[in-house]
Amino acid sequence: MSFEAVIGLEVHAQLLTRSKLFCGCATAFGASPNVHTCEVCLGMPGALPVLNREAVTLAVRAALALDCTVHERSQWARKNYFYPDLPKGYQISQFDRPLATHGHLDLEVEGSARTIDILRIHMEEDAGKNVHDDVLAGSRSYVDFNRGGVPLIEIVGAPQIRSGAEAAAYMRELRRTLRFLDVCDGNLEEGSLRCDANVSIRKVGATTLGTRTELKNINSFRFVAAAIDFEIHRQIAVVEAGDAVVQETRLWDAQAKVTRAMRSKEEAHDYRYFPDPDLPDLVLTAAAIHSARATLPELPAAKKERFVDALGLTAYDAALLTEEPELCRFFEAAVAGHKNAKGIANWILNELLREARGQPLAALKLTPESLAELVRLIDDGTISGKIAKDLFAELVTAGGAPAALVKERGLAQLVDTAGIEATVDAVLAANAGSVAAYRAGKTNILGFLVGQVMKASGGKANPKIVNEVLRRRLG
Amino acid sequence: MTTPKPPVQAEVLRIAALARLVLSDAEAEAMTPELAEILAHVAKLEEVDVTGVEATAHAVGFATPLRDDVSRPGLDLERALANAPERIGDGFGVPKILE
Amino acid sequence: MTALCDLSLTALSRALARGEHESSAATEACLARAADTKGLGAYLLIDAEGARRQAAAADLRCRAGQRLGPLDGVPLALKDIFLTAGLKTTCGSRILEDFVAPYDATVVRRLKDAGAVVLGKLSMDEFAMGSSNEHCAFGPAKNPWDPTRVPGGSSGGSAVAVASGSAFAALGTDTGGSIRQPAALCGVVGLKPTYGRVSRYGVIAFASSLDQVGPITKDVSDCALLLETIAGHDPKDSTSAPVLAASATEGLEAGVKGLKLGVPKEYFVAGIDPEVRTAVERAIATYAGLGADIVEVSLPHTEYAIATYYLIATAEASSNLARYDGVRFGLRRDPGRGVRDMYLQTRARGFGPEVKRRIVLGTYVLSAGYYEAYYDRAQKVRTLIRRDFAAAFAKADLLVTPTSPTPAFRLGARLADPLQMYLADIFTVGCNLAGIPGLSLPCGFANDGMPIGLQLLGPAWSEATLTRAGRAYEREHDWSRRRPPLARP
Repeated sequence: MSFEAVIGLEVHAQLLTRSKLFCGCATAFGASPNVHTCEVCLGMPGALPVLNREAVTLAVRAALALDCTVHERSQWARKNYFYPDLPKGYQISQFDRPLATHGHLDLEVEGSARTIDILRIHMEEDAGKNVHDDVLAGSRSYVDFNRGGVPLIEIVGAPQIRSGAEAAAYMRELRRTLRFLDVCDGNLEEGSLRCDANVSIRKVGATTLGTRTELKNINSFRFVAAAIDFEIHRQIAVVEAGDAVVQETRLWDAQAKVTRAMRSKEEAHDYRYFPDPDLPDLVLTAAAIHSARATLPELPAAKKERFVDALGLTAYDAALLTEEPELCRFFEAAVAGHKNAKGIANWILNELLREARGQPLAALKLTPESLAELVRLIDDGTISGKIAKDLFAELVTAGGAPAALVKERGLAQLVDTAGIEATVDAVLAANAGSVAAYRAGKTNILGFLVGQVMKASGGKANPKIVNEVLRRRLG
Repeated sequence: MTTPKPPVQAEVLRIAALARLVLSDAEAEAMTPELAEILAHVAKLEEVDVTGVEATAHAVGFATPLRDDVSRPGLDLERALANAPERIGDGFGVPKILE
Repeated sequence: MTALCDLSLTALSRALARGEHESSAATEACLARAADTKGLGAYLLIDAEGARRQAAAADLRCRAGQRLGPLDGVPLALKDIFLTAGLKTTCGSRILEDFVAPYDATVVRRLKDAGAVVLGKLSMDEFAMGSSNEHCAFGPAKNPWDPTRVPGGSSGGSAVAVASGSAFAALGTDTGGSIRQPAALCGVVGLKPTYGRVSRYGVIAFASSLDQVGPITKDVSDCALLLETIAGHDPKDSTSAPVLAASATEGLEAGVKGLKLGVPKEYFVAGIDPEVRTAVERAIATYAGLGADIVEVSLPHTEYAIATYYLIATAEASSNLARYDGVRFGLRRDPGRGVRDMYLQTRARGFGPEVKRRIVLGTYVLSAGYYEAYYDRAQKVRTLIRRDFAAAFAKADLLVTPTSPTPAFRLGARLADPLQMYLADIFTVGCNLAGIPGLSLPCGFANDGMPIGLQLLGPAWSEATLTRAGRAYEREHDWSRRRPPLARP
């Protein structure tokens, strides 16, 4: 019997705002418990929500980038349930009338193009965090509300994904898009991007959906495919053993690399959604939506295409440069200073990434402007590649202006033929045996002699001229 | 749409539990007929033709206001925790939560 | 001689301005009256020390010629639904019995900024759910005109304090009549402003789309004065309207000549007490005599108002009261069997029977399978009720109705029958459903000495017209100046 999986992803993305969705508390990650709280995000009696404009701007930007219809009127709804990390006993979310619907995400899975529909995007507030710290809390738990009220968008994808690999590709493409939009920092480990997967299986060719499980706690990119594939195989094994899949929430256990049913048995959900009377409808004018669309930044897929078509990069290099917004911005800023995109791309992808050793580029002393200058100095023959590499290492750790450093230290190439001829003559005199060998037909010894001349010039001699002079003298 | 049948006592207990209320037998016994009576009155609304009528969710006609994204200090930590029935470190203590 | 605490707010304010009285003396007079009338149960908390400190500060400002305005030095009290930083705020509930508010409600801040002296916190039905003040977890308040009768609710303590002179005025809240009905039953003035006119920030929510804060005062002039101080846009409340409404204190004495007063025919049907009907009809005649045009209007969906109101109010309340879970504040009962059990026991112990009844009803009507039949339908009927009022206001400037179908009833008389208690809100709930303002003012007394209230309703933002019309009537009678026997020295 052959099965296929039906997977729908619900992705929560934390919006990059300074303050929370409905109050002025900071959204900073990693603070000590409850320092970023107030009466609103603690759900104190009498406190009321006021919507953060920037959160709306970011949500709209994400929705437009995913080609959604952004609605001029959307409605806030209360999702009612009890949990210690949910201060008001309800979450302010959107239900009947979400911010946006009907979008899609285009992705590439193992070389072929796929489109996954986006059913809806709505805004909501995050919950706090239940902490189980045995040292501090012993047999109790405690609640930290710093994260409570942080703005999220939930992006609900259609159940069109068929495998863990597709799910991972979807997550990567979504993350890349949100990061290029400056909407979300995309950090699964810190929880600023969260992926819940609804997974079911059915016989190949069947049109009805099987019983699904909801998979949570996939808190690293490494686990997206593994967790979903595990769950698919688990369900197949259940069905093949003649049992039925139970509708339940399951957690991914990264240590054991399995999914397991949540220990706290939830009762059937009855969230009793209704319009939040504390918040009138969110109204966006058609003009505002239009202008948000018009000012959307260029998306990574479009950038990649342009880097190939207009800048002449290879598809491979263009893909690498459009993976991370920071790297891409560095590249584009450098190209703005010097038009040799290919040369700059090589320096970034070969040298810069190695020197960075995983640090953020902003932590390096090298600026895009100085990289552009460095490549220009190479291109116009002012410095040799060898000098450039030495200089580059220094620019990364200490910074500085390449042209000024070259001048100050006299690093410019020796292009004066007479000077080079003198050096060549001295090298030839000191290596009579090699000269004889060359003349006897061992022409590959030329490289050795070039190296000797370069060494004698302190690396500054122009290798092209050195070659010419050597051939002339030996010829 | 017709109004559903009034709830029996088991249904009242189920709804109460959904609202995290435990009712004593006496409370449930008293509440069931009271709710039935109230719901019977409420059933009057069936007489009203609401075809094509928009729901009123808010008493105001304006759009929700938007505030600037400025982060401000919230409650002083001690004040935030002052009413906590149980404090663990700087957190609100609760019975152990299993996930 | 009239005791100092029997002056109206306006009279006291003038006397303070002229230096004829001091805030400290007025404050002491209120505190003494509160002590004398302790049996009425108006106050849940008296902050004598704080009040004396504020009064002394007001007196210093006054002597220095730096009086902040008409409310500077005036002793007021607050329904215990308003958060008052550093003071207990119980909302009449065990679940908040020891809750010390961490911040001030916007209206409280406005009163403090205006120099008002806050005497304390007033009794109320638990979470404002009730029409008799009998659902207060800390005992009922009693009607000063007859302590065997209810003062009305849910702002019962507020009406009692003002009627008995233990505060010059009070703030209440009104979700379905909770300001107007106790004002009527206690013979004082109560105003429910237009929804959005007064901030709800820091006011413990019962039903957020219906709740509105308003003054309870000795007369209409006091009401206008207090409204001016508490009204206005608040950026912390998303339902607070960015509207500059006409001042209620200007043109207060301009009379009602030419004003069209509508009489909704559906409000004068069976169930209304004959003495109430007579008093209201006389008041209408008074208005006609003052030059107002009386027109009949129709509010055809009136018979559905109670059902609509109780569905919407309980649904919202069931959600608003979910935050009382024993985690961050308030009562906790934890038998040690986990979080779920802690919730169940905390809420079972913390809430009283009426609150539980409404939470269950509200949860029921929102739950899966019932939402469309109940809640969604109620919201649509709410639209029709709003349209009724809009149509009536196309024909009339204001509407004149009774506030309550009966005068104050005996304590305990309606406790056994919740639906009968709900049905008595028939004249007041429409105003909340439509979001419009309503004023209740005394219009006479029943044969047994119980006060009767007249209700004026106006379109949104018409508070100035309401108070002008109220003031015109008040000038013709001494109903507002009568004080209950207990309050006499």
